[in-house]
Amino acid sequence: MSNEREKLLEIKDLKKHFKLDRKNVLKAVDGITFDIYKGETFGLVGESGCGKSTAGRAIMRLYSATEGKIEFGGEDVHQAKSKKMLKEFNRSMQMIFQDPYASLNPRMTIKDIIAEGIDIHALIQSPKERTARINQLLEIVGLNKDHGNRYPHEFSGGQRQRIGIARALAVSPEFIVADEPISALDVSIQAQVVNLLKRLQREHGLTYLFIAHDLSMVKHISDRVGVMYLGKMAEIAKSDELYHEPLHPYTQALISAIPIANPRIERSRERIILEGDVPSPVNPPSGCSFRTRCPLAMDVCAKVEPTWQEYKEEHWVACHVYDENYNAEHKARENQKVERIHV
Amino acid sequence: MSEILEVKDLSVSFDTYGSEVKAVRNVSFQLMKGETLAIVGESGSGKSVTAQSIIRLVPTPPGKFIGGEIRFNGEDLLQKSEKQMESIRGKEISMIFQDPMTSLNPTMTIGKQIAEGLMKHQNMSKKEAHLRGIQLLKLVGIPTPEVRIKQYPHQYSGGMRQRAMIAIALSCNPKILIADEPTTALDVTIQAQILELMRQIQEEMGTAIILITHDLGVVANTATRVAVMYGGKIVETGMVDEIFFEPKHPYTWGLLGSMPKLDKEQEELQVIPGSPPDLADPPTGCPFVTRCPYAMNVCGEHMPSDTSVSSTHEAACWLLDERAPKVDIPESAIVGGNDIYV
Repeated sequence: MSNEREKLLEIKDLKKHFKLDRKNVLKAVDGITFDIYKGETFGLVGESGCGKSTAGRAIMRLYSATEGKIEFGGEDVHQAKSKKMLKEFNRSMQMIFQDPYASLNPRMTIKDIIAEGIDIHALIQSPKERTARINQLLEIVGLNKDHGNRYPHEFSGGQRQRIGIARALAVSPEFIVADEPISALDVSIQAQVVNLLKRLQREHGLTYLFIAHDLSMVKHISDRVGVMYLGKMAEIAKSDELYHEPLHPYTQALISAIPIANPRIERSRERIILEGDVPSPVNPPSGCSFRTRCPLAMDVCAKVEPTWQEYKEEHWVACHVYDENYNAEHKARENQKVERIHV
Repeated sequence: MSEILEVKDLSVSFDTYGSEVKAVRNVSFQLMKGETLAIVGESGSGKSVTAQSIIRLVPTPPGKFIGGEIRFNGEDLLQKSEKQMESIRGKEISMIFQDPMTSLNPTMTIGKQIAEGLMKHQNMSKKEAHLRGIQLLKLVGIPTPEVRIKQYPHQYSGGMRQRAMIAIALSCNPKILIADEPTTALDVTIQAQILELMRQIQEEMGTAIILITHDLGVVANTATRVAVMYGGKIVETGMVDEIFFEPKHPYTWGLLGSMPKLDKEQEELQVIPGSPPDLADPPTGCPFVTRCPYAMNVCGEHMPSDTSVSSTHEAACWLLDERAPKVDIPESAIVGGNDIYV
């Protein structure tokens, strides 16, 4: 990556609230800010219900944002556009969905599924070229060209996910949101699909937003990773740094919870095991939303919401432990620990 | 360690339109007291059917037992009547399922679902069962069990439902607990909680666990021994360290290689090309032959026999035959140091 990276997407204070009834509002995404650079893979992780999929869908304009701004190539995504501009916008952003069984129309043949975007955007006029393009796409994702005449039920999960990828690629997008694209697949098939996504990125200069809860796969595919908790961003860092020096206590617990495929390490490891479940996003805790499960929680955490700060270069975190104005209690505790060890 | 369960030459098939799917083919293994045996494999490898056969939850028809024995307490479970099985299920051998959302009864309170087994197997009164239920919920780490016991499954979160399932499964102190992908539907932080809980309970009660999973991280975390299944057969068994550090079967190599390594920068993940065999028409030889990079002529024609590597380690692969060329473990399958934040 060069130093002068070009921002492809700027997400500023994005909020998406769902009204449940007259009184209750579910704050699925509650003020997240980050950028995605051209050609990179940005991984978004968090437990179920943390708002990562909602964020991905709001960026795609599948949901309209409650508040905030999303700029794609300098243009506001949610601004009113003419029909023509909207179409062009839709072409440049595509999505790969989680469930390869539910995201393909069972009554359409594979070639019609793949070519639907091409037809809508009128990218190709002659039927001959259309067939050629479909065959080319099938080949790119590692399928056979006579697969085109078949229906989705004739394919396995891994093959269906490849069809979903071919459909996304058909309109030559610049940016792809992949929402848990591999979590429904077997381990050996996951590796096949991830390798395919990486190869396509190299060859076509794509930018990915990769949403997942499998942290080891996210590390493998992403350049930078953002960790979400209860609708808020807890930490963003380069993926190596995030896995080696996580700052936020939530990230630390999350990484410590990944089971490592090495029995010797597993036996000697001391895990941080979080207590309890994720609180309801309808009625999140005051102050820092993680404080109810945080092993480092201080009094101030219940009162003041932590600020989103760049603690180290390109390493953002929202936690009072790293805020000089609020971390007196944490420091005192740490000093006590050190004293105890010395005595 | 003494043996508590022995499965011998088990074969299970399913009748479908036009064909017979041979889901489990001549599977043999033992389970020792107090150990955790992990059965790993991809979907369709027959691991769940093997586990369901032990407690006879395979629906017959369409399923049928073609042959073999499952010996528990000196008796063959396959010969038992449905009535006799009822006194074993839940009492001697119990099971927890992958999906805690669908395996609890939504119309019954959690308390009632725990009490059911206690009243049947332990002849407890309603009141005794209720009190024991509160104790059990406390044991599996559910806060305010007095309140929670009166609630319905929909009032529980996913992790708590799995805890409640474990409470039900453990209510009669079973000797064997079968856990079929118990943490697959859960988030990593909750997964860590549940695995820790299962470990504690095993230490306290000495239950033998059969853990079915496809996650090698979970295996490394919990298993004593591992059986690797592929195409309805066990292709390799061994102590957990033997499987991770001295694997012998190319399929095990492939599985270990396709895991992303957290400590290494890899451009490409190792993949196992192709997809698993169709068990309606299983290959005569080794089931892995079509995807195996080391396949020889003999592999497609004859099924390799189990070859002992050590007293606890066996693999079914022609590469272990003395006439075969010597093949070293590929580098991708070598389990790395993984020096991440721990």
